[in-house]
Amino acid sequence: MEAVPFERAVHLALADEQLQIALDRGTTRGVNARLAAMGETTDPQALRHQARLARERALNRLPELLEQLERNVIANGGHVLWARDADELNQHILTICRQHNVRHVVKAKSMVTEETGLNHALQAHGIDVVESDLGEYIIQLAGEAPSHIVFPMLHKTKEATAQLLHDKLGMPLTDQPEVMTRFVRGVMRQKYLQADLGISGVNFAIAETGTIATVENEGNNRLSTSTPPIHVAVMGLEKVIATWEDYAVLVQLLSRSATGQRMTVYNNLISGPRRPDEPDGPEAFYLIILDNGRSRILASEYAESLACIRCGACLNACPVYQNIGGHAYGWVYPGPIGAIVTPLLRGPLTAPRLPYASSLCGACQTACPVEINIPDMLLKLRRDLVQAGDPTLGWRIGMRLWAIAFRSPLFYRLGGRIASWLTRALARDKGYLRRLPPPFNGWTDHRDFPAFGAPSFRARYLARANSRSNGKR
Amino acid sequence: MVQRVAYFVTCIADTVFPEIGEAGFEVLARAGVSPEFPLGQTCCGQPAFNAGFNDEARQVAEHFVEVFADYEAIVTPSGSCAAMVKHYYPLLFRGHRRQANAQRIAERTYELTEYLVDVLGVRDLNAALPRPTRAAVHDACHGYRGLGIARQPRLLLSYVRNLTLVEMIGHDQCCGFGGLFAIKMSALSGAMLRDKLAAIQSTECDLIITGDASCMMHINGGLSRVGSPRRVVHIAQVLAGNVRY
Repeated sequence: MEAVPFERAVHLALADEQLQIALDRGTTRGVNARLAAMGETTDPQALRHQARLARERALNRLPELLEQLERNVIANGGHVLWARDADELNQHILTICRQHNVRHVVKAKSMVTEETGLNHALQAHGIDVVESDLGEYIIQLAGEAPSHIVFPMLHKTKEATAQLLHDKLGMPLTDQPEVMTRFVRGVMRQKYLQADLGISGVNFAIAETGTIATVENEGNNRLSTSTPPIHVAVMGLEKVIATWEDYAVLVQLLSRSATGQRMTVYNNLISGPRRPDEPDGPEAFYLIILDNGRSRILASEYAESLACIRCGACLNACPVYQNIGGHAYGWVYPGPIGAIVTPLLRGPLTAPRLPYASSLCGACQTACPVEINIPDMLLKLRRDLVQAGDPTLGWRIGMRLWAIAFRSPLFYRLGGRIASWLTRALARDKGYLRRLPPPFNGWTDHRDFPAFGAPSFRARYLARANSRSNGKR
Repeated sequence: MVQRVAYFVTCIADTVFPEIGEAGFEVLARAGVSPEFPLGQTCCGQPAFNAGFNDEARQVAEHFVEVFADYEAIVTPSGSCAAMVKHYYPLLFRGHRRQANAQRIAERTYELTEYLVDVLGVRDLNAALPRPTRAAVHDACHGYRGLGIARQPRLLLSYVRNLTLVEMIGHDQCCGFGGLFAIKMSALSGAMLRDKLAAIQSTECDLIITGDASCMMHINGGLSRVGSPRRVVHIAQVLAGNVRY
């Protein structure tokens, strides 16, 4: 169930001035950075299409690629574990922690571990877990959840961040992000040295060599995966891709779409634990592959949603996200892609408002580096909700009546005439109505409604046709 | 062989804004087309379809398919309704007995400026505004992103006398209408509308032009609510030379 009803969450978000400032800054920067970075490629549309094909190549033979990935990871000296659901993934990690007597964990950014609630599971077993990504660390300190796939603290202003670091860690107040970053770096260094185990996500898993690829800008992922003696990487099963050629296309689209960079500062490629001839790296490497509903989605008409590379471009571009931010979506994945993934992963009735939280403007699809048709999937989810009987009886009867009226020219004309007469009779100043009765009052809560023009086009057309034929006579 | 061209006025331009309906019809006549107006027409079915009520949408769409079955081109002054027919009729009628008809109609349906520029090759419609005017286009979502309509309206407007076209920041940003979205998610839609109004207020133009009566109704409703005297007009009104502002 939704923790906070969606309408309430929207109301709170719209009324939160700090959030509105942060959203405006963050999404504007995100959109502009992506447009600039995509614009400097020779042919952005062709590149997007190449990326789409790379994702389709993977999804079309996912089981086979996953097995190839598993074989190659094992051949490289790593372990592969499969997790059917969130709980199984958390249990795997707890088992590893127990085996290696782990007390302290550092974790680089991973949406999948947000999905499974891993931090809570570890803490419940007395294991200390620290987020190493700066944004994730700050919201962990604040006791909040990420509000964006790529910029987890997009909902926070730098002013609020400085105050938080001051309150929690005694940092002298500053408005300079560089100073805050340097301060947190000092704190984090100790955590890396102390950690018994490092966890990371996976941006792409390259089947042909059993390599996991991550992108980052802070070096925290590299430190989290190479300093502690054990590295556990977690991935949704859709993250596998076939070849290095596909990686080359996808990784540049990911960084250009996510942060507007040609390349992120760090591009990490990990093929197993430290080898005897290597000076550093973990002694043990585990890859955990999570299903948690994904194979069910793959077999459905929503398989396209698994092509997502989690760049967050659709969030930045979405006028809904721009207004309400990520938390209002109620779960881990916000924005347009979240409005699809959340009901698909958790069941349509867990988030019945999300598919409707869109004007279907299509900005998400245009921004998507792998051409995912998000509006069409939102429409299908709405259809599913109607078939599941979600809309109220009033709406169902209303739509039934509407269909009867609008497939009959007679009823259509009659209805038009009644509406026209009513709106003109009730319109006050300058041909507008200030208030409409339920169920149309939502309209006039925020804008006026025009009185219908009279006579209708049809009547005018007929009048003209009549006068023409009379004139001929 | 003269094409049989049908004019689909759309339910909103028929009943709420008949002047837009007339302007679209007039513009086609100026371009040398003698469109027919099938009297049985109602709506494309989009309101129900966008709400997820596919059965209800299909019933209304079936009526549309019957009414417009015999035409070589169906032209409508709305990118949104055109996109509904072109993109979604083939999906809505998949496996249905009218699938072939719906497919054919989808291929023959055009948004007004698309038809004028891409099919007829029209440029100058000999239209003029009453006084020198700076104007900007609000690109309606379904026409702009769904059908790729951006060049056509700007090209036609570039030939309108007394009109200087400027680009508005956020010209392609949704106004928040989204059909029933504006009613069911009113606060969210209203927030998007406020963003659009701010963009409009910050432009230094006298006229905002759009290709969809529904966006126009929404934005003008917002302008009226905040007491602004500005109004958005439909491109057909500009091209037909009967725009008041």
